[in-house]
Amino acid sequence: MDKSSTGLGLETELRLGLPGVGEVEKNDKKRAFCDISGGAAAAGAGNNKNQVVGWPPVCAYRRKNSFNGVKMYVKVSMDGAPFLRKIDLSSHKGYSDLLMALEQLFGCYGIDAKNDEKGWNAEEALEDADKCEYVPIYEDKDTDWMLLGDVPWEMFVESCKRLRIMKRSDAKGAKDLLKALAAKEDYSSSLSN
Amino acid sequence: MAYSFPEEVLEHVFSFLSSDRDRNAVSLVCKSWYEIERWCRRRVFIGNCYAVSPDIVIRRFPEVRALEMKGKPHFADFNLVPEGWGAYVHPWIRAMSEAYPLLEEIKLKRMVVTDESLELIARSFKNFKVLVLSSCEGFTTDGLASIAANCRNLRELDLRESEVEDLSGHWLSHFPDNCTSLVSLNMSCLGSEVSFSALERLVARCPNLRTLRLNRAVPLEKLPNLLHRAPQLVELGTGAYSADIRSDIFSNLAEAFSVCKQLKGLSGFWDVVPAFLPAMYSVCSGITSLNLSYATIQSPDLVKLVSQCRNLQRLWVLDYIEDSGLEALAASCKDLQELRVFPSDPFGAEPNVALTEQGLVSVSEGCPKLQSVLYFCRQMSNAALVTIARNRPEMIRFRLCIIEPQAPDYLTLEPLDTGFGAIVENCKELRRLSMTGLLTDKVFEYIGNHAKKLEMLSIAFAGDSDLGLHHVLSGCKSLRKLEIRDCPFGDKALLANAAKLETMRSLWMSSCSVSFGACKLLGQKMPRLNVEVIDERGPPDSRPESCPVEKLYVYRTVAERRADMPGFVWMMDGDKALAFS
Repeated sequence: MDKSSTGLGLETELRLGLPGVGEVEKNDKKRAFCDISGGAAAAGAGNNKNQVVGWPPVCAYRRKNSFNGVKMYVKVSMDGAPFLRKIDLSSHKGYSDLLMALEQLFGCYGIDAKNDEKGWNAEEALEDADKCEYVPIYEDKDTDWMLLGDVPWEMFVESCKRLRIMKRSDAKGAKDLLKALAAKEDYSSSLSN
Repeated sequence: MAYSFPEEVLEHVFSFLSSDRDRNAVSLVCKSWYEIERWCRRRVFIGNCYAVSPDIVIRRFPEVRALEMKGKPHFADFNLVPEGWGAYVHPWIRAMSEAYPLLEEIKLKRMVVTDESLELIARSFKNFKVLVLSSCEGFTTDGLASIAANCRNLRELDLRESEVEDLSGHWLSHFPDNCTSLVSLNMSCLGSEVSFSALERLVARCPNLRTLRLNRAVPLEKLPNLLHRAPQLVELGTGAYSADIRSDIFSNLAEAFSVCKQLKGLSGFWDVVPAFLPAMYSVCSGITSLNLSYATIQSPDLVKLVSQCRNLQRLWVLDYIEDSGLEALAASCKDLQELRVFPSDPFGAEPNVALTEQGLVSVSEGCPKLQSVLYFCRQMSNAALVTIARNRPEMIRFRLCIIEPQAPDYLTLEPLDTGFGAIVENCKELRRLSMTGLLTDKVFEYIGNHAKKLEMLSIAFAGDSDLGLHHVLSGCKSLRKLEIRDCPFGDKALLANAAKLETMRSLWMSSCSVSFGACKLLGQKMPRLNVEVIDERGPPDSRPESCPVEKLYVYRTVAERRADMPGFVWMMDGDKALAFS
């Protein structure tokens, strides 16, 4: 996947990767989850199969009907909501689909800035970034809290145990986590240069 | 000459020609044969819905009774084609509802079908008989209800692998009481439970029912009720194959199976409880097709079942069968023609089952009629591939997926060029090939030199340079479909072989190195190709021309530019202004 800078100040390239990696700093916070809904292929430098979309080539119907049985209901909690809900991950096709369903479930709009039938548009998503009030995170098999969108959808469905919709303003911990992660990436990439 | 036979005689002669190729050849003989043939063509197959427009088809073939059409490219199955790309069937249905009132059959694959389309079909075609929706999406069970309610002579309703919004199971109850014409019903992709009594009554009143594929929600204990009402069944897809382990359930099931003397094909088998497998042993000797690819049962149970199926021709199974199970298969099933082994844990880092290249080698040795293979595994060697190639020179379809991209020969750590080279060199009838593992440009040289009958080639994470692509495009005379992902193929080979693309149905390239500039050039040079740049990063001209596009889909077409492109698809026309309006 092309990672070369376009020479513009604004990096509009979308990929599935940690925010802040090789990106202009000011985009860190805004890109936190607004680019989750994109889903561009991430063939990338390391051909680690865990990072690759649509691999191995098992067709969508088969994936949906095998692996972990029929339904994959997980609890969803939302900061400030009096009770939790449950959502069936296996009935969604991808991150955008899921985020839209979460918005409808909690009757709030602001988890996913993009709601555009015409497809993802980098400029619009970045403009709307400030409207994103919430950060969707999930607990994985190792009981770590992860940001949605880093891994291919199928992998996410396999490893997600529960979801949480964290209020951005309350997500100081998450922000710090993201900053720390970004700093770590910058550090290790600076080491390899 | 053309005038020596009256039209009716020629028409009668042509009626014996069912193959499209033959009919196309006939229509090229002379103008009058063209005219006669076009008026009596009843079946049309359109491999790419955007290659032609409804108007063109209707104008040329005014008396069509059956349409078969495909939409999205194959890689859409792996989520590589973004949602909203296209392949909408509605314009076709609208046009045909006026032009073909006598239409009887519609078979679609990878297309977007809406309830509106289904309702229009149900209303427009009084003699509608066959609806097959394979890997389609966009409709709900309400659309199915319209079909059930209105198509008086419905013979086939087959929803294989489609994604249906399941509002309720009530649609099935819309088949009227006087509907007795069903021959084939495949509802296996649906989630909701249908009214069992409605299903029972439907099955009972359709004496010609040959194929019944149930959905998961139909409980095993009730299966005997259906089998008793349809002992003439040839193909059965069970629902969930599990129940409380009770002897009465078992004996009822066994008895019901024993009544079905015509059964040749079995599928379904979700949630299998192995204890119930012996209930079907009585039919095994007649079974020629067995789809156990959703059955999470272990090798010993699989072996017990499969070794009873001495006449098996087609087996789809999970890799739980393991090498030992495949060896047993090779020993028992000498008529085996097609084997598909799917991965039980494709995303796991480590192998979870003892399935290696050896299993496939055993089958290639033991099954003299083996001609079609789809095999997922985690290791492969050149030696194994060479053995397989030598054992089975009549192989027609060979699709190998080694789960780790660019995995080398695990014994020698070399690329698998030699192995796949042996496949194309020995298997002169090979029509379809999918390759994985570590592969250099060399393998493409072998393919270009030897794979003269190859029609479809799928490549991933392979090759070193444009030379690889050039070998394929310049050497494979019969190539119709080429799909490539994550390969370092760029502009040179593509542009040098532009003319070849007009002889093919389509070319797909994603995550390769084809620049936007080259795409534009290709679009300009080749007006009879649609060159679609699919890019979710925004307009390609907001980046340098040398920047590679995310995805490229090129296909020949005689239709006008399509009017239904979403915001992330750009058509590379000769006129640049048009392309970006």
